[in-house]
Amino acid sequence: MYKYDEYDHAMVEARVAEFSDQVRRRLAGEITEDQFKPLRLMNGLYLQLHAYMLRVAVPYGTLDSRQMHMLAHIARKYDRDYGHFTTRQNIQYNWIKLEDAPAILEDLASVEMHAIQTSGNCIRNISSDQWAGAAADEITDPRPWAELLRQWSSFHPEFSYLPRKFKIAVIAAEEDRAAMRLHDIGIQIVEKDGQHGAAFYVGGGMGRTPMIAPLIKDFVPLDDMLSYAEACLRVYNRYGRRDNIYKARIKILIHELGADEYRRQVEEEWAHVKSLGIDPPKAEFDRIAKQFTPPALDASAPDDIDRSDPDFAVWVDQNVAAHKVPGHAIVNISLKPVGGIPGDASSAQIDLMADLAEKHSHDELRVTHAQNIVLPHVRKADLYAIWQALDTAGLATPNLDLISDIIACPGLDYCSLANARSIPVAQKIAARFSDLGRQKELGELKLKISGCINACGHHHAGHIGILGVDRKGTENYQLLLGGSGAEDVSLGTITGPGFDEDGIVDAIERVTDKYLATRTDGERFVDTFRRVGMAPFKEAIYG
Amino acid sequence: MKLLTGNDLKTGFVTWWTGADWSLHIEDAADVGEHGEAILAAEEGARRVNAPYIIAGEQTPDGPRPAHIKDRIRALGPTVRPDLTLKPADPNAGDWVI
Ligand code: HEM
Ligand code: SF4
Repeated sequence: MYKYDEYDHAMVEARVAEFSDQVRRRLAGEITEDQFKPLRLMNGLYLQLHAYMLRVAVPYGTLDSRQMHMLAHIARKYDRDYGHFTTRQNIQYNWIKLEDAPAILEDLASVEMHAIQTSGNCIRNISSDQWAGAAADEITDPRPWAELLRQWSSFHPEFSYLPRKFKIAVIAAEEDRAAMRLHDIGIQIVEKDGQHGAAFYVGGGMGRTPMIAPLIKDFVPLDDMLSYAEACLRVYNRYGRRDNIYKARIKILIHELGADEYRRQVEEEWAHVKSLGIDPPKAEFDRIAKQFTPPALDASAPDDIDRSDPDFAVWVDQNVAAHKVPGHAIVNISLKPVGGIPGDASSAQIDLMADLAEKHSHDELRVTHAQNIVLPHVRKADLYAIWQALDTAGLATPNLDLISDIIACPGLDYCSLANARSIPVAQKIAARFSDLGRQKELGELKLKISGCINACGHHHAGHIGILGVDRKGTENYQLLLGGSGAEDVSLGTITGPGFDEDGIVDAIERVTDKYLATRTDGERFVDTFRRVGMAPFKEAIYG
Repeated sequence: MKLLTGNDLKTGFVTWWTGADWSLHIEDAADVGEHGEAILAAEEGARRVNAPYIIAGEQTPDGPRPAHIKDRIRALGPTVRPDLTLKPADPNAGDWVI
């Protein structure tokens, strides 16, 4: 894992001191809210429905046990004993007091964490594959590149006031577990003629105008990755629509220019940027990469799993994934128990996951964009002990990628921008499909819910998506089908008129029934939808 | 009726204008009539409240009730965590919101 050097420490500590003083001045009445608001947002502090909300950055979703324990400590000491893991692979706290914010940032800094660049029109926290460094299908660990991008983008003066927020994802496998093409820049590390390079997909996003990022360059030598990214951003910074917040994301610029013209302008800019010497010396990259050296795993560790406990076997089949080293596995901890709140974890649960990581996963954890937690490097022989510990803490729900593994944004229960509540809808759907046999019969089915058009819950990218809208003051839900945030990326289509809270659950059941009656062997829900189209589903829903 | 609400500067907690001061409990909220803007400006100036705004509501036997569900959720707390609301012991408290 990356460890801060003296510069990282100095930057974060200086920021804590600066913000502490800003908070002091605000509380003393020396500055107004209008003056203070942009300052607190730069430190991840929002004002939400019930209190201040603090968003803590988890770079590319990677944490060690010390950091995870600190997240539990903050939940316990300053919040109401829980935190909410988000689709941005971060964590949010919903009940923060302004007067506590400086102490919290100090606590975070003590474990090399912060809340910088979790808000505002800058380059946000970089996201990545939650199985990075462990996945059987990756060509390299993408995180050293994500870390390089993090360092380059942190407080980058030219990109601190972009036309709009900017999100970058880096992956290095064919299977896309990070919704890479729904980011402003999605980078896939690929191999060509024995060399690794970066494929740049630029101009994706969700929100009010969802778009899939087109391929802008298929192979940028990795030594040039930063200068190419810089060129991509410069063109955007220059021509992005600052006049209209709804048209300010890079996706709109590229859509309006066309990918070819944008590419041409980036190439022109890149020729200039390359001469500025922005790309780091190899020694600097090597320094970073060394900190992601894979843990020493014993490839001769026993490869078989004792499956005599049937409940354990069910969990292994659903939540455990292949590791690149024999005898090892990736554990996916579901934060989606039936009746629970997607992504929420209590401080005790967070502590337990930290303990398990320390004991069984080379001290590493990951946060996934599906609002779950991963223990990336586990010996197969330890799986049973891990499962038992998770089970006693309500963390062993065997539903990864099934219909009840729902992504849901905080919605109107917490969010001041919401039109409708998301969480109760997620809970009702999970309850309706609570029978595990039924969920498994339906197979992989990604259901994603947002409480408004901002799409924090990725509803466009759900095999089934739900969007909360406000219909004359009452909550109403639109249904979308056929989206995907994975390598088969697509955007969902709205079925038709919306539903109330119970109506949407019934509609989903009619959709899944139709799928079961229509599918051919081996077809996932989204495959069937793509084959037969919307019409049969529409008929099933509306008659 | 018109209600004046905002968040407490220090804690961020939802507060309601009582006619003389701020309260966490909507039961204490006063009808500000036409004076909302003036109170809002004065209180924001005094920095006792953050992001105040005026909402429509109605007087009911149980006290003032905001017209919009968002403000009812603000008044009580998250509907999905009754234990974290202002009325954790009342199993029917959520009915007031919906
Ligand atoms: C509760 C406070 C939150 C606020 C005020 C907020 C605000 C917003 C806004 C305004 C957008 C649209 C931006 C645009 O289209 O330009 C957005 C998008 C997004 N937010 Fe949030 N959000 C919140 C919580 C969350 C949470 C909890 C998550 C994760 C579960 C999240 C993840 C995202 C994602 C993934 C997007 C889509 C990015 C895109 O447009 O490409 N946000 N958010
Ligand atoms: S999608 Fe809307 S309701 Fe949900 S968290 Fe984002 S801004 Fe809030």
